Amino acid sequence: MRTMLLLAWLIVGSVFVPVSAQDSTVRLVTHDSFNVSEGVLAAFEQESGLTVEILRLGDAGTMVNQSILSRENPLGDVLYGVDNTFLSRALDADLFIPYESPLLERVDSSFSVPGSPVVPVDFGDVCLNYDVAAFEASGLPLPTSLADLVHPEYARALVVQNPATSSPGLAFLLATVAVFGEDGDYTYLDYWSDLVANEVVIADDWTDAYYGQFSGSAGSAGDYPLVVSYASSPPAEVFFADPPVNAAPTGAVTAPEMCFRQIEYAGVLANAANVEGAQRFIDFMLSRSFQEDLPLQMFVFPVSLDAALPDVFQQYAVVPEEPVIMSFDAIAAGRDRWIAEWTELVLR
Amino acid sequence: MLLGLPVFLFLTAFYVYPILSLFAASLAPEGRLDLSGAAALVDSPYYLRLLGFTVAQAALSTLLTLALALPSAYVFARFDFGGKRLLLALATLPFVLPTVVVAAAFSALIGESGLLNEALMGTLSLVEPPIRLERTLAIILIVHVFYNYSVALRLIASFWASQSPSIEEAGRTLGAHGWRLWWHVRLPILRPAILGAALLVFIFCFTSFGVVLILGEPRFATLEVEIYRQATSLFNLPLAAALSIIQMGLMYLLMIVYAGIQRQVVVELRSPQQARTPQRPAERAALAASLLVMFTLLFAPLLALIVRAFTLGGGFTLRYFAALNSNPRGSILFTPPMTAVGNSLVFAIATMLLGLLLGTAAAYALRRGRLARWLDPLLMLPLATSAVTLGFGFIIALDEPPLNLRSSVVLIPIAHTLVALPFVIRSVLPALRAIPPALPDAARVLGAHGWSLWRRVELPLIARGLIVGAVFAFTVSMGEFGASLFIARPDTPTVPVVIFRLLGQPGALNYGQALALSVILMGVCALAFILIERSRSLGAGDF
Repeated sequence: MRTMLLLAWLIVGSVFVPVSAQDSTVRLVTHDSFNVSEGVLAAFEQESGLTVEILRLGDAGTMVNQSILSRENPLGDVLYGVDNTFLSRALDADLFIPYESPLLERVDSSFSVPGSPVVPVDFGDVCLNYDVAAFEASGLPLPTSLADLVHPEYARALVVQNPATSSPGLAFLLATVAVFGEDGDYTYLDYWSDLVANEVVIADDWTDAYYGQFSGSAGSAGDYPLVVSYASSPPAEVFFADPPVNAAPTGAVTAPEMCFRQIEYAGVLANAANVEGAQRFIDFMLSRSFQEDLPLQMFVFPVSLDAALPDVFQQYAVVPEEPVIMSFDAIAAGRDRWIAEWTELVLR
Repeated sequence: MLLGLPVFLFLTAFYVYPILSLFAASLAPEGRLDLSGAAALVDSPYYLRLLGFTVAQAALSTLLTLALALPSAYVFARFDFGGKRLLLALATLPFVLPTVVVAAAFSALIGESGLLNEALMGTLSLVEPPIRLERTLAIILIVHVFYNYSVALRLIASFWASQSPSIEEAGRTLGAHGWRLWWHVRLPILRPAILGAALLVFIFCFTSFGVVLILGEPRFATLEVEIYRQATSLFNLPLAAALSIIQMGLMYLLMIVYAGIQRQVVVELRSPQQARTPQRPAERAALAASLLVMFTLLFAPLLALIVRAFTLGGGFTLRYFAALNSNPRGSILFTPPMTAVGNSLVFAIATMLLGLLLGTAAAYALRRGRLARWLDPLLMLPLATSAVTLGFGFIIALDEPPLNLRSSVVLIPIAHTLVALPFVIRSVLPALRAIPPALPDAARVLGAHGWSLWRRVELPLIARGLIVGAVFAFTVSMGEFGASLFIARPDTPTVPVVIFRLLGQPGALNYGQALALSVILMGVCALAFILIERSRSLGAGDF
């Protein structure tokens, strides 16, 4: 018995041979939602001679935290998926070394962060989604501003996510901060008091809000006709419909100042083993093939001016014209305080 | 003592070292203890209320679970009836289901537009749904019972079945009937098993995460939930570490109590009473009532889930199952269901083997002696450690040779084994302690030594315990989700991870596929349980 255990211990132990990074491998650290077409990735590997190893580290917040914890000896060479709501945390920790990709010339300049080491890769707008059938049945008009949502006709209608645990939830909170402000007669906290009085439902994460509480999705079981989701959710409803449909069961409310723009960035990790490989991977993410692959893989929009949108996006997706755009340092300065104040007011 | 070495090394390398590294980095970043980040703990009354809610919901859930499981335990211990093993296997299924899926099952059943409300509104012609449990404390309690019912049932029923009926008969002779029989005879006899079950269920509910997050209002939070929020969203590691230490300390104290009680639960190997078919009308009624409880509480939600996975637009469909095999976007995230099942099985079997080897060795080391009193609860501690704490600990501790494992796929079965070990030990230890010392001595006199002594005498006696331990290790790994999420890993998604990914995207097909895959997960696990149940009888083993 003892010898057997010792043997087993040795066998288990021998599996733990350290894996050293080689120059022909580039390791991508990313979040759980990362996705790319097999063919697009294979073409990059073929052309560059690099093998891409993908490491998923939970949701975007967890990924950034784990990368900061392992800064001295990083898990990968390049990180993708930190967005403008978490970017400051990564920059404060000096997580990246600068890389100025030549392909940035073909990126819409409104997404760039001058002087920062990261490059923008995609964006998405967090907007209210509504249940088309429910709104038709009730004859209720769609809200045209965030302020509308505190009116009695929208009582017991809206589901939002907890900003402390959900990325779209945080985006929606930031939108209310940007619109109502922190000073004056009617602050964002007054607005939230009114939303609570109007029986807003707080869900913990996107999945629970969308599938559990919202009534609009073909798959959902909920009873509330309005939910915080993405402008790209209605095309996803069409794309994943079964049997195929001609119209989405949901719509996005894209009125001015009702959506919040999330921008996702990529950067070369400090202390990376393969800096050159990481830079090539960033170029790849800005290339037309990756940028055109983004919408159907991750339901976000490309930042490259050269990328064309797929049909289902052209038909069913709406890009809001005046989304709330908040600079990442403004977010950095207020984020934790706003979340704390919100939690105190709404949950405690 | 030497047998304790492997498990000691395993725990030190993969539990104590990562956790202590994280606590050191969080609470003493400059080498000096700095608790300023955790000052909020004493400044704000919130954390006291948090602790109050955590304890209260766990206590209520435990009482409810015991109250419902106790009568069923009686029925399962005393009576034989068709389909008993199948029922027991099915009752264990909730244990492997991800919380998101369970939430979907309950909302399909008792949600405001669920099956039950629709039926009631139809038959009673009501305008408003009569059952409104969503986002209440009640639903949290119900789902905790759903998850923990089988733990209490197995633990109490197996102890009960192993007790000699003579004490109860003596009680009857002395005039104890009805409630007196329960209060003065049965409950005192069962006390060690009931308290053991109560503590285990309490620990599970105390550290409840998904159930509280998804089914409760966000206002409801347990310590575990707050640790997660502080560590991931707010990145306040000092506070998260302080909360983790509080939680682990409380659980350690409870487990010392538990291990003490557990030592009294020794399965007698001889003369347990035989289960028989129920005869008197009262016995039949008890059986029927117990089955009714199990059906409403455990099987109806599972059935609602299965019905939804096969329903599209009011009719029967296999589309969701078919879609699991197609990859219309050609994406690298795509995992065919058989691959996910295969990954899950490989991890589960690895966990089972590693858990059995380490757990059996540990059980031998714990069998006697003073060490057991402290080591036994320590081995239970991974149950009380949040996945995010362990995941962050792995990241900062296991980054250099010889333990450069941060992004290695072997971390997944290792993390699963940490959680599975307490179950294996709990299953093997009572059987081991029940072996009378005279038995191996007699075998020695007859010439059996070393290996052959173990194989011919001890192994057959603990075989049932080993099998039960194997099922639980397998189950823990199949259903485990938290660690799989917080561990950086190359792409080897397990079934729960694929379900989680499908539920992360909008669209009917994604949702349907998640339900379909849950049904597959249930099927695979039910099959495994039934195989195991065939090789043991209810009268032996723990749980």
